[in-house]
Amino acid sequence: PIPRRLCILKGIYPHEPKHKKKVNKGSTAPRTFYLLKDIKFLLHEPIVNKFREYKVFVRKLRKAYGKSEWGTVERLKDNKPTYKLDHIVKERYPTFIDALRDLDDALSMCFLFSTFPRTGKCHVQTIQLCRRLAVEFQNYVIASRSLRKVFLSIKGIYYQAEVQGQPITWITPYAFAHDHPTDVDYRVMATFTEFYTTLLGFVNFRLYQSLNLVYPPKIDSQAEDELKPAEGKEYAMDSESYLEKLSGLSASLARAVAPTHEDEVEIDEFPVEGETAELMDAKKKEQEDLEKHKKLFEGLRFFLNREVPREPLAFVIRCFGGQVSWDKSLCIGATYDATDPSITHHIIDRPRLDKQVVGRYYLQPQWVFDSVNAKLCLPVADYFPGVLLPPHLSPFVTEKEGDYVPPEKLKLLALQRGENPDEESEEEEEEEEEEEEGDNDKEEEEEEDESEKEEELKLQKMEEQKTQSTQSNKALPVKVTAGKVRVEDKQRLEQEQQSEEKRLAIMMMKKREKYLYKKIMFGKKRKIREANKLAEKRKAHDAALKEQKKKSKKARQA
Amino acid sequence: LPQDIRNTVGNIPMEWYQDFPHVGYDLDGKRIYKPLRSKDELDLFLEKMENPEYWRTVQDRQTGADVRLSEEQLELVQRLQRGQFGDTNFDPYEPSVDFFSHEVRIHPVTNRPADKRSFIPSLVEKEKVSKLVHAIKMGWIQPWKPKENVPIFYDLWAREDPNSILGRHKMHVPAPKIPLPGHEESYNPPPEFLLSPEEKLAWEQQDPAERRLSFLPQKFRSLRAVPAYSRFIQERFERCLDLYLCPRQRKMRVNVDPEDLIPKLPRPRDLQPFPTTQALVYRGHSSLVRTLSVSPSGQWLVSGSDDGSVRFWEVSSARCLRAIPVGSVVKSVAWNPNPAVCLVAVAVDEQVLLVNPGLGDRLLVAATDQLLDSWEAPEEERIQPVRWIPAGPEERGKGIRLRVEHGKPVTQVTWHGKGDYWASVVRNPGSRQVLIHQSSRRWSQDPFRKSPGMIQCVQFHPLRPYFLVASQRSVRIYNLLRQELAKKLQSNCQWISSMAVHPAGDNVICGSYDSKLAWFDLDLSTRPYRLLRHHRRALRSVAFHRRYPLFASGSDDGTVIVCHGMVYSDLLQNPLLVPLKVLKGHAPALDLGVLDVAFHPHQPWLFSAGADGTLRLYT
Repeated sequence: PIPRRLCILKGIYPHEPKHKKKVNKGSTAPRTFYLLKDIKFLLHEPIVNKFREYKVFVRKLRKAYGKSEWGTVERLKDNKPTYKLDHIVKERYPTFIDALRDLDDALSMCFLFSTFPRTGKCHVQTIQLCRRLAVEFQNYVIASRSLRKVFLSIKGIYYQAEVQGQPITWITPYAFAHDHPTDVDYRVMATFTEFYTTLLGFVNFRLYQSLNLVYPPKIDSQAEDELKPAEGKEYAMDSESYLEKLSGLSASLARAVAPTHEDEVEIDEFPVEGETAELMDAKKKEQEDLEKHKKLFEGLRFFLNREVPREPLAFVIRCFGGQVSWDKSLCIGATYDATDPSITHHIIDRPRLDKQVVGRYYLQPQWVFDSVNAKLCLPVADYFPGVLLPPHLSPFVTEKEGDYVPPEKLKLLALQRGENPDEESEEEEEEEEEEEEGDNDKEEEEEEDESEKEEELKLQKMEEQKTQSTQSNKALPVKVTAGKVRVEDKQRLEQEQQSEEKRLAIMMMKKREKYLYKKIMFGKKRKIREANKLAEKRKAHDAALKEQKKKSKKARQA
Repeated sequence: LPQDIRNTVGNIPMEWYQDFPHVGYDLDGKRIYKPLRSKDELDLFLEKMENPEYWRTVQDRQTGADVRLSEEQLELVQRLQRGQFGDTNFDPYEPSVDFFSHEVRIHPVTNRPADKRSFIPSLVEKEKVSKLVHAIKMGWIQPWKPKENVPIFYDLWAREDPNSILGRHKMHVPAPKIPLPGHEESYNPPPEFLLSPEEKLAWEQQDPAERRLSFLPQKFRSLRAVPAYSRFIQERFERCLDLYLCPRQRKMRVNVDPEDLIPKLPRPRDLQPFPTTQALVYRGHSSLVRTLSVSPSGQWLVSGSDDGSVRFWEVSSARCLRAIPVGSVVKSVAWNPNPAVCLVAVAVDEQVLLVNPGLGDRLLVAATDQLLDSWEAPEEERIQPVRWIPAGPEERGKGIRLRVEHGKPVTQVTWHGKGDYWASVVRNPGSRQVLIHQSSRRWSQDPFRKSPGMIQCVQFHPLRPYFLVASQRSVRIYNLLRQELAKKLQSNCQWISSMAVHPAGDNVICGSYDSKLAWFDLDLSTRPYRLLRHHRRALRSVAFHRRYPLFASGSDDGTVIVCHGMVYSDLLQNPLLVPLKVLKGHAPALDLGVLDVAFHPHQPWLFSAGADGTLRLYT
């Protein structure tokens, strides 16, 4: 049997053999196959000996417990064998970039484990370590302003940061108690977490170093003074409050080297020509956009109401340079009060607020996330408390040609381009409505006209029929009708011919190619079908909405 | 206790005396008798009610007598019940006197002299110490190391060594990342991404492994209404399982433009002439038309039908010139390819009729009759597998000249190119399935000693003295001069239905009931050069054009497909096959479509016979 834990730690995975039957001694039964080389590689791992030592230790400990030799138990526990995974991390990720590329799962796992209760399931130390590493990483993202996208899904919150050019995506669950499932083997998850915490620790160290920050992170002394409770009461022991202060995410971190603001290196310009120049320009523009995006909330002061999820919002706002505070009793790290007049945005998630302070926007939390994804501060009108929110779109979708694009996305794209579709659309809507009203009148008139015409036609026909019937008694119903000139649409004919040629050519395809072709075409058609279906659904929905609006309008008018 | 002393049996279980009248012995050795009458329940009750002292009366089990407890005894019992000390005089709260204290006194507590053993080293300890010393000497016991306080994290990638990138890193297949969420996963998606009730039902009934979405899209009015996702941990766990249990494999994704897959063929327009449209329909048969044949001049057409008649048509006007009732299903007709002879072979039931239709040049007709009549019976009758019977006067009037009785149903007749020999296929399981006849000498023979399975059809080679026999799955080519098997073609089909030979003689096509058409290049291989799967249903017949590079196949799906089949004289160049046109017209009837096809001898015209009782001409 292959040791499971070793496989997880060393990142050994099964392989699909080329000739399954040959490898499986003629049988086609499903089996997992490992490369022999991989197994040999596992055998040479020094950590195997450590595992053995640990096994022996457990055996000895059990024996000592059985014999009630408490002295021996103490001694054994003192000499508990430990192992380190440093060399495995280094071995699996020879360069730092490799480690960054594989950080998605590590982060998601750490964020999940940090939300676990401190009972059962796994060791408390692991949970604490996970929490610490997660908070450290969040602090790094804030300090480096590397967050790019946020997405509120029904599963949790997705974040995407760009660290040293690598996009790193992770998901955090919503802050609720877990309903622990029974069909999950927590030991497997714990083994993964063991490795991931080691990896994330080293990555964090390196990342902090790259920003000249102290690791383990320290809160800036200046900020710390601010954070000191004014009443002089000790909040908790210093060692305990450290992590909580850090996880408040409101304080900047201490730097190993005093920060110099003129750090940012301007890209030297080289005289280039032609396409490269265009490329350079595009790159420069991109860079500028990025800088602007990073300073999205610069100068804004947010206040989070207590029903709002504090951690994600504080994290996102701080990542884009905003200042954020919350109720003092909610969490440590509040910097200003709700009554502070300098607050510009008050994030609130309840239908209405009784007393509103003049001079600040009261907004729903989706505004923050949508603004981040749109890379600009969106108009606030859609996000007032109690208002029906516009849909929250996924920033991870980039529509290709032929894909379905929701109309909200189109609007957003227009907004990003600098147009203001809102006014136009409103005007249009109004116009449309007016037009519609006018249309209705016209239509009614037309309908009347048409009905009259139809009646006339009917009468004519009746007459004709009568005359015919009278005639038919006399003469045979043989009639010579003028031959119609069939207009041959040349273009269409051409098209038909081409399509027939294509069909004939498809007939001559080889079996395998034909199969592939059919598969590709099937996929394409399905895609188109799905897009059409979505568009249709949307159309029906909009129509229903309009109808409702009209009705309510009429009701109001009546 | 003075009363106790009266009974001298001691502290024994008293039930030993159960069966005796006495309970023990007093000091004098006399028996102590039990009370005379033991009290029953009623007595006990009465006593309880009447005796005021009952509550303080106990039974002495040693003597069996009732004892009334005195005041002191009662108090003792009560004290003990309260958990107090038995003695009334004991004071539990007396001030305690410390006789040891933390202060060092000048006098010792005891004056006992020290033991001797406290001056002598302990042997047991010595043993233990020596053991420890030995263990230390041997290195079994290590001095306790202080725990080093190194930070667990440091700069692991401080020196990135390019040599540390091993071969296994290059071979490593990184796990694919989890696909990023789309709009439908949003907590507040656009309305079109929400599932309608029917879709939702379908989703719920689907197997979880087959669902395209692993969750149901939902819409919440505000962020505070969003609940926890119940399958979060499961999904993480599944990801973990995927990471270490899923086999990984590098798969080349086919990233081709589907248009590139379509082979570049010459355009059909450039390969004209070929039949493109239906020109004429020959109506007259009342049942499905099984077979047709064109006269070598291209002026006449003969067709045989299930309604038991053979009809002769003029090609250009679609008029039926003659209809000969033969009384049974016509399986096959074949016009003599010799233009100097006007003769048609018709396979009906168990006989083959040689018919002189009497069409065209009168001289020709007469010459044909003369040729048939010029036969003289040989002196010695040879044993023949069939009987040649000259037609009677009535039949002669219909045009029938000769009847060849086979004794078994005949399925196919075919002429040799010269027009004298012809072959017939007999539905006869076992031996004698193929017969070759010579009409001028009225002479038949069975060329094969042993038949190679069920024979479907036979053909004469147009140029060389070869004879092609198609059995169920293969085509055999016999050399008639040398009387041996020249070649055997494997068709890769399940059941061959028809066969045609290219006029140049080096290529053969076979149609099969499993809707395939196999093109054999005899110079190339005994395997098909191409297998064409153009039709959707079983192929019934195939035909080559005599002059143009065309071949056609008719199928049960009611279509005839005309293809360009160019054969080059250059041996290095493979034949070029291009489908040209799908001709439709025949309506499928009785699950059959087109039953026979034939080309006009000179023009690029195609005739087809269908199950709807019509013949059609495509030009």
